[in-house]
Amino acid sequence: MAGLAATFGSGAMTNSIDELEYTDLILATGTNTTENHPVIGMKVKRAVKQHGAKLIVIDPREIDLVKYADIWLRQKPGTDVAVFNGLIHVIIAENLYAKEYVAERTEGFDALKAVVARYTPEYVEKISGVPSEDLKKAARMYAQAKRASIIYAMGITQHISGTDNVKSTANLSMLCGNVGIEGGGVNPLRGQNNVQGACDMGALPNVFPAYQQVANEDARKRFEAAWGANLSPKPGLTLMEIMAAAGKGTIKALYIMGENPLLSDPDLHHVKKELQKLDLMIVQDIFMTETAQIADVVLPVTSFAEKDGTFTNTERRVQRVRKAIEAPGEAKTDWEVICGIANKMGYPMHYASAREIFNEITTVTPSYAGISYERLEKEGIQWPCPTSEHQGTKFLHKDKFSRGLGLFTAIEFIPPDELPDKEYPFLLTTGRVLYHYHTGTMTKRAQGLSERCPESLVEINPIDADKLGIAEGQTVKVASRRGKVEAKACVTQKSAPGTIFMNFHFTDTPVNLLTNPALDPTGKIPEYKVCAVKLEAA
Amino acid sequence: MEKKITVTIDGQEVPATPGQTILECAGAIGIFIPTLCHYQNTTHVGACRVCVVEVENARSLVASCCMPVTPGMVVRTNTPAVRAAQKMIVELLWSAGDHNCLTCEQNGQCELQNLVYWLQIDKPRFNIEPPGFAPDNSNTMIHRDLNKCILCGRCIRACNEIQVNEVLDFAMRSSQAKVGPAFDADYIDSSCVFCGECLQACPTGAITFKQAKFAGRPWELSKVRTTCAYCGVGCQMDLYTKDNKIVKVMGNREYGQPNGGSLCVKGRFGMDFVSHPDRLKKPLIRYKKSEDLKEATWDEAYAFIADKLKAVKKTNGPDSIAGLSSARVTNEENYLFQKFMRAAIGTNNVDHCARL
Repeated sequence: MAGLAATFGSGAMTNSIDELEYTDLILATGTNTTENHPVIGMKVKRAVKQHGAKLIVIDPREIDLVKYADIWLRQKPGTDVAVFNGLIHVIIAENLYAKEYVAERTEGFDALKAVVARYTPEYVEKISGVPSEDLKKAARMYAQAKRASIIYAMGITQHISGTDNVKSTANLSMLCGNVGIEGGGVNPLRGQNNVQGACDMGALPNVFPAYQQVANEDARKRFEAAWGANLSPKPGLTLMEIMAAAGKGTIKALYIMGENPLLSDPDLHHVKKELQKLDLMIVQDIFMTETAQIADVVLPVTSFAEKDGTFTNTERRVQRVRKAIEAPGEAKTDWEVICGIANKMGYPMHYASAREIFNEITTVTPSYAGISYERLEKEGIQWPCPTSEHQGTKFLHKDKFSRGLGLFTAIEFIPPDELPDKEYPFLLTTGRVLYHYHTGTMTKRAQGLSERCPESLVEINPIDADKLGIAEGQTVKVASRRGKVEAKACVTQKSAPGTIFMNFHFTDTPVNLLTNPALDPTGKIPEYKVCAVKLEAA
Repeated sequence: MEKKITVTIDGQEVPATPGQTILECAGAIGIFIPTLCHYQNTTHVGACRVCVVEVENARSLVASCCMPVTPGMVVRTNTPAVRAAQKMIVELLWSAGDHNCLTCEQNGQCELQNLVYWLQIDKPRFNIEPPGFAPDNSNTMIHRDLNKCILCGRCIRACNEIQVNEVLDFAMRSSQAKVGPAFDADYIDSSCVFCGECLQACPTGAITFKQAKFAGRPWELSKVRTTCAYCGVGCQMDLYTKDNKIVKVMGNREYGQPNGGSLCVKGRFGMDFVSHPDRLKKPLIRYKKSEDLKEATWDEAYAFIADKLKAVKKTNGPDSIAGLSSARVTNEENYLFQKFMRAAIGTNNVDHCARL
């Protein structure tokens, strides 16, 4: 979310889920919404079918939403910046942008204008494969909508140009005056239940809760006083850097709470080797995950149904989690375990309940300051909520951006790190399917979900299937420079010719053996959405 | 401000706004009018007619769920003619199906059963002639027994208007009329995505939560509101539990944002993992790299971890230790985790998998 933080001053969904249903236009890119956020997908479909909203889909896959779209731009994977620059080019060339808004509320427009000048629809067509006429139509439709909302997900961010892609969506939105209004905005749809909360709480190497920089002396002093400890001013390592440092031997001990990097990280062979070099690996989870199996200590914890607490959803809404049943065996809540270790190490942590921890959070997290369990009883509250009288914030950047002026970023297109060539002629893109979730530790144990989707599939276009003599349901070998897996073929128009799609839910088809660990230089997100592979019938 | 009008319902004057239905106005002052096919936030269809009322100067009884109020309208909801019509309708519905409460999962929360009781009907005056449809046992999530269907169409509107999945519609005619996917397919062979909105909308036992069958009567279940643990939407849901197990998951339209009572297949049918036998139940320690993990007590685990972490910190410094927090656990736990890494260990090496 570094992209949005840099341009607006805040890295969260600008607007609310409910606004999508009543806006005039939705631009969905890099989000297979109906499968990965079905309830948001439902609202998008209602907006189109019942409230007359227009829908533009920009996606290499023929996802379900394409059926409802007014315009579908099928770009080659990894060419998003070119497409967005093209849209911006047309809007500026045809004088359709919000001049007053751009003049009063933004900066950096001239630099943007200079860079997009050469992204003519014809040039963009050459890079992305999007027909120039469709690009023009989409640009006009977006610019002419009174209120337009952009939604995106990992299809935008999991590229080496991920941060650039996000900034591109922000450029387009600001250009047409769509940030800071109801029904508008740039809206990242978070894939996991509490990504937003984990970020808000400072589970990031460079910030304390509420994005207060660890390098900022004032912030550090405040937290030193609140926590009674000396704190390091040096930003820490990101997940991918931690893995690399473990391999090099500079990280000796790793404490993992509720993550399964041995199925979710790119280039898995490598990750396993790195983790095995650790002196101490602690894993705290509800199941014996792939990662837990190689740990030195495995700690059993409670699931969401067995504890109290809060999650913060993708629209910044803080909501209660309530205990419904008792935990199995000796499992404890994650927070009890953290306290247990801290106390043993001589740093006292004593809390009687999740509510007590939440009360402490509100004293050091200004955006949560006005929230309490009492107020969350009936309905969640969207941060920022600075005081106990404040109603919460439906959409951000009204009248003024968090950083003052909205910042346009002039961005040049760079191609993906690894593109198909003679030896590896297909482009592999990865994602989730409706019936499963992330590394599948939860969904694969559900009878109904497994019945609908028991195994991993390779989605391949009929033209390619024909060429390679691959039939529906036949086992296919897929190999990249880093590894190989096997899965059954699903022959479908959803995949463009030359591109295959696989999900990463299944242990026996670990797609992340294939993926490219090349990172976005700012967001440090691996390029899961593009790598080169070859395939053959097994 | 829209202009207000006044109507009279059962002798009470009620302020109303033009466009409001009689049903809505009556509800606003606490007058109960029974309904079956009416389903909030979907088209008013007026199909079942149990909501009929008398309107002065109207030609016949009118369906209150569809009829907009007009200035000076005089409405009566509890006249002998109204009750006679309601009884007739309910008896016809009863006799046209296999409404055997002894074996029905909806017993105790069935809207048809409630109405039979409220109208004080002993038995229908017609012969009971169920259509004899085979049940849809095609999957482990949604059970369909169309012999208990009253053709109210709520599932169809839930599917098409709320979820916009466009799977269900009416098919066939007369006594063979039924609701279902195209080509009379079972759910598993249709384009159904198993969101379960239909079973939540069904007023009878026609569409039910399969895994909840024989797992507990409605009055034996406890209900706890919580937030779904799957994607970032954060749907509000009710977990129904019995004997320390989740029996079923339902949306609740009273909870408002962000999901207005709707759920998806994962939230509704993906909770088996909670009580799965694979759950970890005891701490495990691998004392030597060459050994297997062995069961231990919490005290042993805490001591083992604290000793090792202290040793690593002493020899290699706090920045040789790193922690991965989680986008799956609560805010409280994320907060404590980073506090632990920063204050107790002394490093900022803390991240989570937001990027993956």
